[in-house]
Amino acid sequence: MNRSHVYTDYHPRWLRRPVSTYWWLEKPAYFAFILRESSCVFVSWFVVYLLLLIAAVSDGPTSYTRFIEWSSTPWVLTLNIVSLAFMIYHAITFFVAAPRAMVVHIGRRRVPEQMVLAGHYLAWAAASAVVSWLLLRDR
Amino acid sequence: MWEHIRLQIARYRPEQEPETTVDEYEVPCPKDWVVLDGLNHVKDRIDGTLSYRWSCRMGICGSCGMTVNGEPKLTCATFLADYAPGPVRVEPLRNFPVIRDLIVDIGDFMQKLVRVKPWIVRQAEKPLTEGEYRQTPDELDEYKQFSMCINCMLCYAACPIYALDPKFIGPAVIALAQRYNLDNRDEGAADRMSVLSEHEGIWGCTFVGECTKVCPKHVDPAGAIQRYKLTAAVESMKSFFMPRGA
Repeated sequence: MNRSHVYTDYHPRWLRRPVSTYWWLEKPAYFAFILRESSCVFVSWFVVYLLLLIAAVSDGPTSYTRFIEWSSTPWVLTLNIVSLAFMIYHAITFFVAAPRAMVVHIGRRRVPEQMVLAGHYLAWAAASAVVSWLLLRDR
Repeated sequence: MWEHIRLQIARYRPEQEPETTVDEYEVPCPKDWVVLDGLNHVKDRIDGTLSYRWSCRMGICGSCGMTVNGEPKLTCATFLADYAPGPVRVEPLRNFPVIRDLIVDIGDFMQKLVRVKPWIVRQAEKPLTEGEYRQTPDELDEYKQFSMCINCMLCYAACPIYALDPKFIGPAVIALAQRYNLDNRDEGAADRMSVLSEHEGIWGCTFVGECTKVCPKHVDPAGAIQRYKLTAAVESMKSFFMPRGA
């Protein structure tokens, strides 16, 4: 038996409308979704960038200086700024989803969604503060 | 105020033509007329061959879902005056095969729905003499939102994942499964998990979120799916670390 959606047994005359390749341009919400999904490419770029940094550091001071010089070239700088923008977009959309996936109860009372969301932003702020302290403490 | 408005209605007459055509009709547009009133006016006064589904006229039966100006809507709850001066484009729900005019085949949804056993499952019924299954207002609140689903399938029409992969079990089915999973009288969560945690179950969803936006009953199927993803992940971790206990 054919189980494909384009054919329903005994009903050859039903009209099946194909999905356009450009369906994601039909609605702003679909486009925002595709942007969010493609942000993973930039997340993976940051992973590669970090690995390159570690390799440069382990190769010694000259290699590290060369890496820093390479990082300040316009195209790497542009790529990193675009990647940062996508990372922030990725984080915000993730936080928007989080309270709907996590239903937290304290005792018998359900914690309001705004509280769960605020908890995520607080954790983000705390993590950023720790990282900033690590980076800036010797300056 | 506009006295009349033009309706552009998608027609599909399988015995006459292989594709959809558009017929235009002018209908009255009083401020209390919904799109469904316009369709009924066409059917009664202008063209009796127009085919569409409807029943209750009050957002309960879930029969009259159609695409109005590109958005999935319940036509009984969508006012014509909001689209003045028009025209208003009325098409069948997207992502379903069209049988005729504005009527789509909902067989796929119905087959998926029964797979998640959308009813209260008990391992053993208690005898009648022990009385009813009691529930507190807090326990009711746990699932009440999901019980508002009227099976109108607007969420399927809005979901690009369902459009691209019709095997995806879909938003309403998962929300309705959650309606019973979160009911403290129910004992069927394990049965439902085997269906929901399939590749075409919850993991098919990439959280576009449009299902929640178009839902006329504020069920939030996208939330139900993300919540169940967490449940399924926790359960699978449990069975991994505690193979005997889980």
